[in-house]
Amino acid sequence: MYGQGIAKGMWVTIKHLVDTYLDDLKWWGRRYTDPAVFPERQGPHTRGVFTVQYPEEKLPMPERFRFTPFLVVNDPDAPEHPSHIWCTSCGICAKVCPPQCIWIMRGVHSDTGRPIPEPAEFYIDIDVCMNCGYCAEFCPFDAIKMDHNYELASYDRTAHHIHDLARLSKPVSYWEHIAPTLAANERAAREAEAARKAARKKSAPAKQQDDAK
Amino acid sequence: MSDVPTQEEALAPADVLIEKYPGAVSKDTREGYEGVVVDAGKLVEVATALRDELGFKYLASATAVDYLEDEYFEMVYHACNVDTGGKPLVFKARTARAEAVLPSLVSVWPGADFQEREAWDLMGIRFTGHPNLRRILMWEGFEGHPLRKDWQEPYYEEDAKPFDSRWPEGHVCRAEQLNPYGMNVRYPPGFIYDGYESVADDDTYSGMGVTFDEPPGGIKTGRLVVNIGPHHPSTHGVFRMVATLDGETIEDLHPVMGYLHRNHEKIGERNTFLQNMPYTDRLDYICSMSNNLGYALAVEKLMGVEVPERAELIRVLMVELTRYVNHLWAIGFLLNDLGAFYTPAIYVMNARELILDFFEATAGSRMMCNYMRFGGVFADLPPTVGGRPQLPTDVFREYETMAYLKDLVYEQMPRFVDEFDALLTQNEIVISRARGVGILPPDMAIAYSASGPLLRASGVPYDLRHSDPYSIYDEFDWDIAVRYNGDVYDRLMLRFDEIRQSIRILQQVVPRLEATQGQPVFSGRRAYQVRVPAGESYGRIEAPKGELGFYVVSNGSPNPWRYHVRSTSFINVTGLGELCKGHKVADVVAILGSIDIILGEVDR
Ligand code: SF4
Ligand code: SF4
Repeated sequence: MYGQGIAKGMWVTIKHLVDTYLDDLKWWGRRYTDPAVFPERQGPHTRGVFTVQYPEEKLPMPERFRFTPFLVVNDPDAPEHPSHIWCTSCGICAKVCPPQCIWIMRGVHSDTGRPIPEPAEFYIDIDVCMNCGYCAEFCPFDAIKMDHNYELASYDRTAHHIHDLARLSKPVSYWEHIAPTLAANERAAREAEAARKAARKKSAPAKQQDDAK
Repeated sequence: MSDVPTQEEALAPADVLIEKYPGAVSKDTREGYEGVVVDAGKLVEVATALRDELGFKYLASATAVDYLEDEYFEMVYHACNVDTGGKPLVFKARTARAEAVLPSLVSVWPGADFQEREAWDLMGIRFTGHPNLRRILMWEGFEGHPLRKDWQEPYYEEDAKPFDSRWPEGHVCRAEQLNPYGMNVRYPPGFIYDGYESVADDDTYSGMGVTFDEPPGGIKTGRLVVNIGPHHPSTHGVFRMVATLDGETIEDLHPVMGYLHRNHEKIGERNTFLQNMPYTDRLDYICSMSNNLGYALAVEKLMGVEVPERAELIRVLMVELTRYVNHLWAIGFLLNDLGAFYTPAIYVMNARELILDFFEATAGSRMMCNYMRFGGVFADLPPTVGGRPQLPTDVFREYETMAYLKDLVYEQMPRFVDEFDALLTQNEIVISRARGVGILPPDMAIAYSASGPLLRASGVPYDLRHSDPYSIYDEFDWDIAVRYNGDVYDRLMLRFDEIRQSIRILQQVVPRLEATQGQPVFSGRRAYQVRVPAGESYGRIEAPKGELGFYVVSNGSPNPWRYHVRSTSFINVTGLGELCKGHKVADVVAILGSIDIILGEVDR
């Protein structure tokens, strides 16, 4: 019968509409209180349509989510080297960055003028950054990580879109907060590496001096 | 070269050619290269023999390489036998850099049309006998041929990344200062910017003629040239069609493109091999996972690395999920083009969201996934999909990954496809708009190098996952989806068939993923610089839109010497003019939608 196909399609849309309201009724009054609401209504089982009320509500980002990079520094209240930057200005991130938006000025010792493992200046042009995550992936010191803060709108792109050291630096506790599992894994890997090194040093004390350099 | 038997297989027809044309056809003996080199004078003859006698009816790819030091350009052709499948046959023709002329192969394979125009535009090789040799991605009046190795962009910094200015003395400056607006284009000498009128349009229109005719006893009718676009027709991107109309009927139609051109390939040749990976995301931005895979395959072939089983499984998982997303998206927006405003498209987005959540949790980004690496993938599947609340306003949502995947693959995806099918495919309006419109006969589809759903909806069962299997597709049980009418409706329905096959593959992938949990997903050492031996390689996959190929030439340095994308959408629109002839204006939109192009990939 002509029109049957249209009617069938209409039935699907009506079902969607009804499902949405039935779902609303099912969770009536619990939208903001019951933590089961979101996973259920936004997950694979849902039948109706359900929207997140951005910006009043926000979905948290998964740990691996990558937006722009930031530099990890010690916490300001850390027992050793408070606020010390982890970056050694080795330059790997600047070399691997596909659009070449990382600019690093290597630090030099104020007395000797010799390079020191610390950046004097560090810039990322976030207009150019393609959020690829390579810098964080290939940094050998876990010193650069991908931030989850995607709300970077500003009124003046010429003034605010090159992030400098001050803007880029964030304490390691921030990274542990936004990516707890990753941060824990990295910490474990670093500690294992340090233990391995310490064991090697003990077994070959002659080499100690080289390692210290 | 890693696998000797397949190479022998591919060389068999090449040997026939060498025997048949002694002196004119010879083996390419360079280290790491394959195929034959054909004398330019005999090119058309050899190509015709290839097509008619050896069954290579399908020209997959044609591109040019600039061998600057040896002072010649080389056109590299990949021809395929769609009946038997198998590896493509590579043949090449050379011409001196100073006077670059080669015979056109459009008369043999009409599918060479746009690809030769591209080679003319970007590399500056003239093709004698080409019916319409004009620039295609750049505009007429542009100076130079930007893919030549000695051509430098106005904001040129160095031949290859990484640039020395970034470290250890990184004096930052904004990209716009390096590349100021208005100065980022070099004009020919003597060019006056003010009052310049492009001759490109004249060229476009001149072949089409605005004429009047008055049949005896009939009404006087006029032909009108109409620009459809350049605008952003829903999802596809900025595209323009110049149509000559007789009343409502299309008499002639030329696609005009390049509005989104950024010379992806030149950027790619400045990049290191690894740096290209995130750039491939931006080609077909709906299907970044498949783009990643195509490029990874091409480079892995050169490097000769093995990919662990679990990495292959994850790759297949990602690519098939991408196919599902892409086809739903294509259907949704085809319906949009047909006037079913946004109901189907929004339904699709709703379903797609679940996949994107998974991509985001796994790769870190919803669309620009940058997930594959040479030798595996970026990281194993995460333990959970979703995130934990970090702010008081965050809403909590987290699922266990395997449970989530199972819910998707066994329940949500099949359910959604059936529902979507019920919503659309029997709809009388859809049927009357789509059936019998834009028919592409199989021989024409092959001649025009159409690929993917466009080819299979015309009754050609050619799917690279079967015909030239890559990754681990030969380990799964599935069928090639084929339809036989070649009209818009069949292309629509074929996408439904393919989604169902993808779900079938996914249902076989998930249990194997569970069985391989904890196994490595990467082989070799993760390094920011990869060593790629000299040679050439063509990696191709059956991307959702069709054959996506990456032709990479390495000379052993950290950057590819040549990096070419055999872009599916670009080649699929070659036949658009022919497809639209005789149809009404409103049908053009439907036909374009049914081809499923994406301008990020067309224009590159
Ligand atoms: S790779 Fe890491 S340590 Fe090296 S310069 Fe970059 S952020 Fe610093
Ligand atoms: S995310 Fe990618 S583009 Fe952005 S700074 Fe890091 S390496 Fe560069």
